Amino acid sequence: MLGRLSIDALPLYSWVAMTGAFVTIAGALSVLGLVTWMGKWRYLWTEWLTSVDHKRIGIMYVVLALVMLMRGFIDALMMRSQQAIALNSEGYLPPDHFDQIFSSHGTIMVIFMAMPFLTGLINIVVPQQIGARDVAFPFLNSLSFWLTAGGAGLVLVSLVIGKFSTAGWTGYPPYSGIDYNPYVGVDYWVWSLVLSGVASTLTGINFIVTILKMRAPGMTLMRMPLMTWTALCASLLMAFAFPALTVAGGMLELDRLFGMHFFTNDAGGNIMMFANLLWIWGHPEVYILILPAFGVFSHVVTTFSGKRLFGYASLVYATIAIMILSFSVWLHHFFTMGSSANVNAFFGIATMIIAVPTGVKVFDWIFTMYRGRIRFHTSMLFTLGFLVTFVIGGVSGVLLAVPPVDFLMHNTTFLVAHFHNMLIPGALFGYFAGFQFWFPKAFGFRLDERWGNRSFWCWIIGFYLAFMPLYYLGFMGMPRRMEHYSVADWQPHLIVAAAGAALILVGIILMIVQLVVSVRRRDELRDLAGDPWNGRTLEWLTSSPPAPYNFAVIPEVRGLDAFHELKERGVAYVRPDHYEDIRMPKNTACGLLIGGCAFVFGFAMVWHLWWLAVISVLAGLVVVVFRGSQDETEYTMSAQEVEAIENARYEQLAKAPRPEFDEEEEVIPGAPLRGGVM
Amino acid sequence: MIAVSKRLDGWRLRYRFRQLLRHTNHQLTRRFQMLQAVAGVALMTGGCGIRYSPTLNPKGPIAEVERELLMNAFMIMLIVVIPVFVLTFWFAWHYREGNKKATYAPDWSYSWKIDSITWIVPALIVVSLGLHVWVYTHLLDPYRKLNVEAKPLEVSVVAQDWKWLFLYPEQNIASVNQLVFPKGVPLNLRITSDTVLNSFFIPALGGQIFAMAGMRTELKLLADEPGQFMGKNTQYSGRGFSDQHFQAIATTPEEFEDWVAKVRRSPNKLDGASYAKLAKPTIAHPVTYYSGFAADLFDQIIQKYGSCDDCPGTGTSQ
Repeated sequence: MLGRLSIDALPLYSWVAMTGAFVTIAGALSVLGLVTWMGKWRYLWTEWLTSVDHKRIGIMYVVLALVMLMRGFIDALMMRSQQAIALNSEGYLPPDHFDQIFSSHGTIMVIFMAMPFLTGLINIVVPQQIGARDVAFPFLNSLSFWLTAGGAGLVLVSLVIGKFSTAGWTGYPPYSGIDYNPYVGVDYWVWSLVLSGVASTLTGINFIVTILKMRAPGMTLMRMPLMTWTALCASLLMAFAFPALTVAGGMLELDRLFGMHFFTNDAGGNIMMFANLLWIWGHPEVYILILPAFGVFSHVVTTFSGKRLFGYASLVYATIAIMILSFSVWLHHFFTMGSSANVNAFFGIATMIIAVPTGVKVFDWIFTMYRGRIRFHTSMLFTLGFLVTFVIGGVSGVLLAVPPVDFLMHNTTFLVAHFHNMLIPGALFGYFAGFQFWFPKAFGFRLDERWGNRSFWCWIIGFYLAFMPLYYLGFMGMPRRMEHYSVADWQPHLIVAAAGAALILVGIILMIVQLVVSVRRRDELRDLAGDPWNGRTLEWLTSSPPAPYNFAVIPEVRGLDAFHELKERGVAYVRPDHYEDIRMPKNTACGLLIGGCAFVFGFAMVWHLWWLAVISVLAGLVVVVFRGSQDETEYTMSAQEVEAIENARYEQLAKAPRPEFDEEEEVIPGAPLRGGVM
Repeated sequence: MIAVSKRLDGWRLRYRFRQLLRHTNHQLTRRFQMLQAVAGVALMTGGCGIRYSPTLNPKGPIAEVERELLMNAFMIMLIVVIPVFVLTFWFAWHYREGNKKATYAPDWSYSWKIDSITWIVPALIVVSLGLHVWVYTHLLDPYRKLNVEAKPLEVSVVAQDWKWLFLYPEQNIASVNQLVFPKGVPLNLRITSDTVLNSFFIPALGGQIFAMAGMRTELKLLADEPGQFMGKNTQYSGRGFSDQHFQAIATTPEEFEDWVAKVRRSPNKLDGASYAKLAKPTIAHPVTYYSGFAADLFDQIIQKYGSCDDCPGTGTSQ
């Protein structure tokens, strides 16, 4: 009846794991308690949990990402502190716990922090940028979110019940196979990956259709903002790459459950086939993570330089080139497999070719600053930090792309330093820049810049302190994932790295301080015009936060930087003479319910609770059929309602202060209404 | 390029390459040492870090060429890195909002000259690096025979949980966690795993290669001088992973003969039963000697996972 589930599943094996479980439970209970105490359940249910509004879903994605960032970062702190003290000693983490931590750190940071963060940003921004009222498939969007949340839930539950995988975030067999890892950890890993894999595939499809079919009139492909371009390319990658992960995970699970021999040592299994499948997803995944961040940087740098983007066409072609090339380089993750020199050389050269469009992008951003008027907003600081730091990661990446050099550096901390160097300044700084940049759009008030800047300096200095020693440790031959070691010369570097992690912790704390301070000062920081930075693209045309339908009248696009062009012509805030009824998608709990069923199914499969697995699949199917048989999934917002909302918006606009930055501008956002009512 | 790499075979190319780069390399090494000294003082390592950096301080020609290649590629990339650093800081400072003297051109967004340079220069660098990749990947192919007069020493390597077994077929001896070989003699390693995926690595002598059950990989190494080097598994393999290292010891030919004689005096032999006992998971296994083993032991270890003719690494070496 209980499958593999028994009292042994509780983390009684170490006090550290007990603490983790306790914190998880306490955190969950306090959130539930807080919502109950504030009497917000109904509000939460109707406005958020069942919402299909892309902006609400985007915010929920970002919240999920930030929660998982905390969890993944605590893992990082534990690893760094363990390695700082574990010279000839066991430190405080036994090997059986240390390996869970590096596995969950990687899985969480890639799948449940970075993916939700970028998906959230895309959700909030892209439909507004293309002048759309929602995504193409709002319900699918909600479903994607809840499947992702279900996967994240599985990872969190593994802290309390059972153990997480010990096989690293890449889960290479045969170590992740049933022979070497019979307990539940790998199953938690696989099922959380499968849920989020399906979710990401659906998100990819959703945004491909949204971007290709729902652009405002006049917005040709070559007038699309860069964020939309990068979102389109990332979505294409999601739709084509994530199935490989889902399938690889599924096949591994078939090995584990039914003794099939896809990836076993014996009976014709081939362990390297898993590595191939994983990285056929894994390498495009790197670009899924980084392309949207490139989009953010493009917007930040052009907005805060007060200038058009340099080399827009080059940036677009570079993005497309990266997207296509990203499918042709996966083997560089295992040059050391022993394939022939021809194969290795091919993949090495293919990898280097990606450096060309990436280099082009870097120079295009730099030349966007040339002859600009640069304002050092927090998001701009993150962008500058990215430009300088990312290049170092690019160099180490090209070094690793040389197969004989990779033979020396593979699986060492040099590799760890390299990919953190790409993903922290490259992806995460981009998400943070986007967070600071679009926060007023999502919530109606700006974030406090002083605390944001302080946080940035902690992040960037902490990053250098934490990862430059790891590069050097790679030269000293230190493999990754060492629970303890006996080489005394490694320790000083590891202590510096731990200090870097501690400084990043300060950066995270300052981000929380920034949020608290900003919420308390929200009236001062109010964004009345909806355009706090003198923005250039259509998302700044809507109010902050936008009305459910974003645009009462769909704007017409005449060029790149559509909103900037509207402001220049003085027609950005012209009041239309009448409004029309707007069809909007109805909220639904179906996404939440299917995600919940998927979570229960995953949990049941992990613990071999077959009856529960069957029930959850059937329940999920019932919800699908119920949703499929609903005819009325949309409602009409009447022209009067729209007019009421819009009138309030224009009243607010009239109150907006004249921003400091556009003293030379003739058109002033926020004191608009020139031309009056048409 | 194939023709080039064939014409200049391993050794000659190595020396040519060294001649070409001797100057830059010495400078580089010196600069790196200075940098290291500065960083080392800062990190309280007393500036002695480089002695313990096997990758930057190689003890054999393969690791040396690999190191030189790394340095070379790094130097080439500075052509891009330095402008990025300079321009980012310069533009960010010069065009700051507070500097009203700086030109402001809000609608300027294209220059075909800059655009061409940003595409062509990185492309040329990649062409140059790509040629390096092609030549050196073939030159440093781990399967490629070293062109050295001395007769190579054959050793079969088996990764186990969590230790390394070395079989010397010509000497009919075996040792655990200790690989001894004479300097100046090419080491021909045939590698497999009797457990999960491992990666065999002696950083001071050359790059690593995977050890995979049911498959065989090869690695050629050579030590220029006697010494004791750190060898290890770099692929996480379970709870004993952190202690899964071995001594790689390059000796004089006489010392090697002495060592062989010492191992031959061991009363232990590796037969079916003692192998099965050895293959059980152990952590920090002590150095152990065996004065004999079944001639086909290595092939048996591979074949017990079922033959797989198409798998990478199981075919004849290239």
